[in-house]
Amino acid sequence: MKRSMFSVAVLGFVLAFLYIPIVLVVVYGFVPNGISMSFFDAQGGFMGFTGKWYQQIFSGHYAVQALLQSFWLSLTIAGLSTVISCALGTTAALALHRWRDRLQSLHHALVYPPLIMPDILTGISLLMLFVAAKVDCGFWTILIAHVTFCVSYVVMTVLARLQDFDDRITEAAFDLGAGPWYAFFHVELPILLPGIIAGGLLAFTLSIDDVVITSFVNGAGTNTFPTYVSSMTKHSKNLPSVFALSTLMLIFTCVLAGISKLLTAKSLNKTKGK
Amino acid sequence: MREVNTNPLRTRKAEWCLTTPSFLWLAVFFVIPAVIVLAFTFHGHDASGGVGAWSMSTWRELVDPDYPAIVWNTIRISFEVTLWSIVLAIPSAYAIARMNPRWRAIVAGSIMLPFWTSFVVRVFAWKTMLHPDGWLQACYIVFLRVRGWLFDWLPGFCQQFLVWLGLASSGPVDPATSTILDSETAVVLVSVYSFLPFAIMPIYTAAEKFDFSLLEAARDLGAKNFYAFRKIFMPGIRQGIVSAVLMVFIPAIGSYVIPQMLGGTNCVLIGNKIFMRAIQNRNIPHASALATLMAVSVLIPIGLAMWWKRRQDLRGKRRLEAQTARLLMTTAEGGNAS
Repeated sequence: MKRSMFSVAVLGFVLAFLYIPIVLVVVYGFVPNGISMSFFDAQGGFMGFTGKWYQQIFSGHYAVQALLQSFWLSLTIAGLSTVISCALGTTAALALHRWRDRLQSLHHALVYPPLIMPDILTGISLLMLFVAAKVDCGFWTILIAHVTFCVSYVVMTVLARLQDFDDRITEAAFDLGAGPWYAFFHVELPILLPGIIAGGLLAFTLSIDDVVITSFVNGAGTNTFPTYVSSMTKHSKNLPSVFALSTLMLIFTCVLAGISKLLTAKSLNKTKGK
Repeated sequence: MREVNTNPLRTRKAEWCLTTPSFLWLAVFFVIPAVIVLAFTFHGHDASGGVGAWSMSTWRELVDPDYPAIVWNTIRISFEVTLWSIVLAIPSAYAIARMNPRWRAIVAGSIMLPFWTSFVVRVFAWKTMLHPDGWLQACYIVFLRVRGWLFDWLPGFCQQFLVWLGLASSGPVDPATSTILDSETAVVLVSVYSFLPFAIMPIYTAAEKFDFSLLEAARDLGAKNFYAFRKIFMPGIRQGIVSAVLMVFIPAIGSYVIPQMLGGTNCVLIGNKIFMRAIQNRNIPHASALATLMAVSVLIPIGLAMWWKRRQDLRGKRRLEAQTARLLMTTAEGGNAS
């Protein structure tokens, strides 16, 4: 069978295109000159790699304090908004799955639009709300905004999981004498959990990566990691530390993904073994 | 008919309990803000940065030559980005779908892997790469030279058309002063980079379900490779292409970070203008009106896609009906003959 070399060549080009910036992020985490972002000195001599940016991060150097602070704020907001949007999203998905009445079609019409709304529109409309309500922007407004754009994604993933859900299992639990809470926490929730975790991961990624909506509702002085980084465009003295921190995050997510892959493979083998 | 149900999780009360939290949240933080934005467009603005009385002045001020140009630029650049993304995505998705399942999973996963680093950091990495001393700047100068040379050969009305499309500049290009950073090319390049995975994924999902033996059958019947690709493969992945177009076009319209960081003053899109009006100028009515325009530019392609989908379904249904009718007729004929 003849493979089309052309399509393979395009794929190779696309992969290179997608990975060049990532490679650059990793490499520039070791750059010796943080101002010119160059590995070469004025005479064109190679200066080698340096670990000083990593050292700054691990020792909590004052130059990276604001960066680390914004990073912790990002983690806090992402964590909280994941928990809240998982709770809201799961109840919404359960309601949308169980009932098909007027209320639910209205509910449905509320859940879909945030998925297609460009970030900047969500950002400006929330800002208008906070302006109209005379609320000071800060931590809480960021959290509210993040929950608002994450909920719909959680609903979608949990709904997908619910589609394979056999309702007779819950009925069986009731027939066997379970109360509604017991049935929910011991029967439905464990089955839905993979869907909720997938939705939660999506929400976490979206929240920790969001810059547009946050820059509308953060108010003065409250910066998450992405807004802090984008505000550094003008004075980029600490750029290598940003790249170093991003490399650490990349390694961390890769390890996490590897572990989860291993765990799922193991549990698959176990079920196969049975 | 109302179902008689003993399941305590299915009572009316349970429905309200499960629906209220998300319903209220989205009503307060999604619907009400949208209504407020729409309401603000029918207000004037005062010099102190507040919202003035009800009036149509904001909509009248939108004809200001600045705004239509920005809206048109945004739509044009979004088209360009979508076009490039789809052109790169179709062969890539085809190549991935033809791999053996093991490789397929690895490569499809590696398409999404760049998302594990922060978007802003990736755009920043591009900014470092687009530095005036970098190799991309050299490529850009060559590109400008070639484009200028091709442009000179075109007849006058074509040149004017290209200038209007923004694909060529009206004056002579000076490669010495033009930098790739702060140019439209940089914005298109990095937008394609950012949205390409969203174009590949839906096309790949459609291509994975495609039956590749059809292509071989077409070839056995004498079709050339490209002809078979165009006539058999492309219609097979149409659904994927439509969702890919939406997945790229919508975020491209709403683009803000990329033009902000890489476009400078040469590439200001609606998103940047909204931010500028809302945060810097405190002209909330104008920002609201621009946001409304953006919402409309997003809703039009979605409406078109929905219309297309419905027509497609209807056609499929009609075809099915015709087939059934034909089948019934042949069976009836067969019955008569026997």
